[in-house]
Amino acid sequence: MALLRVEQLTKSFGETRVLKGIDFEMESGEVLSIIGSSGSGKTTLLRCLNFLETADGGSIYVDEKPIFNAEDPSLMTPKAIRHNRINFGLVFQSFNLFPQYTVLQNLTLAAMMKAKEETSDYSKQKRAINAALDKQALKLLERIGLSEKMDAYPCELSGGQQQRVAIARALMLTPRILCFDEPTSALDPELTKEVLHVIKDLKTAGNTMIVVTHEMDFARNVSDKVIFMAKGIIEESGTPEEIFESPKSPLLKSFLKQ
Amino acid sequence: METFFSVTAKLAQGFGTTLSLFFLTLLFAIPLGLLFACLSRLRIRLFRFLMRAFIYIIRGTPLLLQLMIVVYLPGIVFDRPLTKWEIFHQNVPLAYFCGALFAFVINYACYFAEIFRGGIENIPKGQYEACEVLGMSKTQAFFRVILLQVIRNIVAPMSNEVVTLVKDTALARTVSVVEIYFAASEILRLQFIIWPLFYTGAFYLAFSALVTLLFGLLEKRLSRYWR
Ligand SMILES: Nc1ncnc2c1ncn2[C@@H]1O[C@H](COP(=O)(O)OP(=O)(O)OP(=O)(O)O)[C@@H](O)[C@H]1O
Ligand SMILES: [Mg+2]
Repeated sequence: MALLRVEQLTKSFGETRVLKGIDFEMESGEVLSIIGSSGSGKTTLLRCLNFLETADGGSIYVDEKPIFNAEDPSLMTPKAIRHNRINFGLVFQSFNLFPQYTVLQNLTLAAMMKAKEETSDYSKQKRAINAALDKQALKLLERIGLSEKMDAYPCELSGGQQQRVAIARALMLTPRILCFDEPTSALDPELTKEVLHVIKDLKTAGNTMIVVTHEMDFARNVSDKVIFMAKGIIEESGTPEEIFESPKSPLLKSFLKQ
Repeated sequence: METFFSVTAKLAQGFGTTLSLFFLTLLFAIPLGLLFACLSRLRIRLFRFLMRAFIYIIRGTPLLLQLMIVVYLPGIVFDRPLTKWEIFHQNVPLAYFCGALFAFVINYACYFAEIFRGGIENIPKGQYEACEVLGMSKTQAFFRVILLQVIRNIVAPMSNEVVTLVKDTALARTVSVVEIYFAASEILRLQFIIWPLFYTGAFYLAFSALVTLLFGLLEKRLSRYWR
């Protein structure tokens, strides 16, 4: 059974049709890389999955439960969206850490607010909840090798460190599927390595991930499945071997030659 | 004959009026400026246009002229000067003070509105989106993440504007509000002593220094967190 199933997803901005019917599915624990030239709709697809954009048509299922359906308004209420979007996490190209909070606070803030909303006697349990969240955050920081930076502010970190913190921040909410939009394209090669290393570790730990990337080596070596997008459709998809060793579509061939 | 102490006492009394004008202007102009800023960001084009046009007119004309219009125009248009309005109970100084305050509040609200609007619009879109994908509601995002960044953005321009307000209060004398400068010029007019006029400078300087210091502390406090 597929963990994520996307059917006939379409999205236009005004007259421009950016997604023209996207279909794919992925299993739990899989890593899916999305490649394609600039403007092919990769970011838009991720933003639709994360409800930052509302698709015009199609549907999205997680565990075969519909979490988005363009025809079903009951899934489109702000409450339903807030509930359903936590299936996904998103790591941005530009990190977007909260500058006024320390690394530790960046990790715990959203989870703390969620606990506050969902726990009826929050004021009584506040201490216990916060201690548990701090512990969870420290564990994640240890995993990304930034324990000693827990009290630093984002501006005191390198780009690579900031991106690793952003990854940990997304993981705090234990999303079913973690999405990355060109997580390393704002970084120089040395820092790119450390971020990709963290993503590889997450794969080993069994996380399900969708990674939009221009790092062809990463797509080839780390992912289980690769999607090549062109002009708003999935032009070709398959295993890394199929995509990189025996590409069929002329568009993909010329894309790989660049 | 005036002594240093009697002059100081008279000026201090005028300075009381200066301070009232200063604080009351801030008290009303800050929330009003926030309202103006929100209106000038509305999706409804007409509102947005009217608000921005109004702000443009107020910022593009001298405060001095606005003071004259508020205080003297009712007398000309309605044939009923501000000082005769029932709400002022024949209290002439109060009428002038309120007229001046009204003009100051409108004028400063427009300047503050532009500062607030800039402060809000300078927050990167990514900050809102990061909050959203982390499952925060709009309100949570605003109060826990955005607001402090807006405050930080506006501290420096607000500091400039508030120091300017300290000095602008002297314009109130043109519509018969007996603030500190007016008090000093009365001493000059009645007793031909000129030094109290220069002495007022000390009051303005001390007060500006205090305001600058307070804003400086706030800025330092905020920048302890981030660049
Ligand atoms: N908010 C928007 N309003 C209008 N057009 C948009 C918007 N967002 C994206 N587009 C358009 O949609 C198309 C696809 O954009 P998208 O960002 O999804 O491409 P991408 O594959 O992520 O490209 P890149 O590799 O450069 O990041 C582009 O032509 C872009 O101009
Ligand atoms: Mg993109």
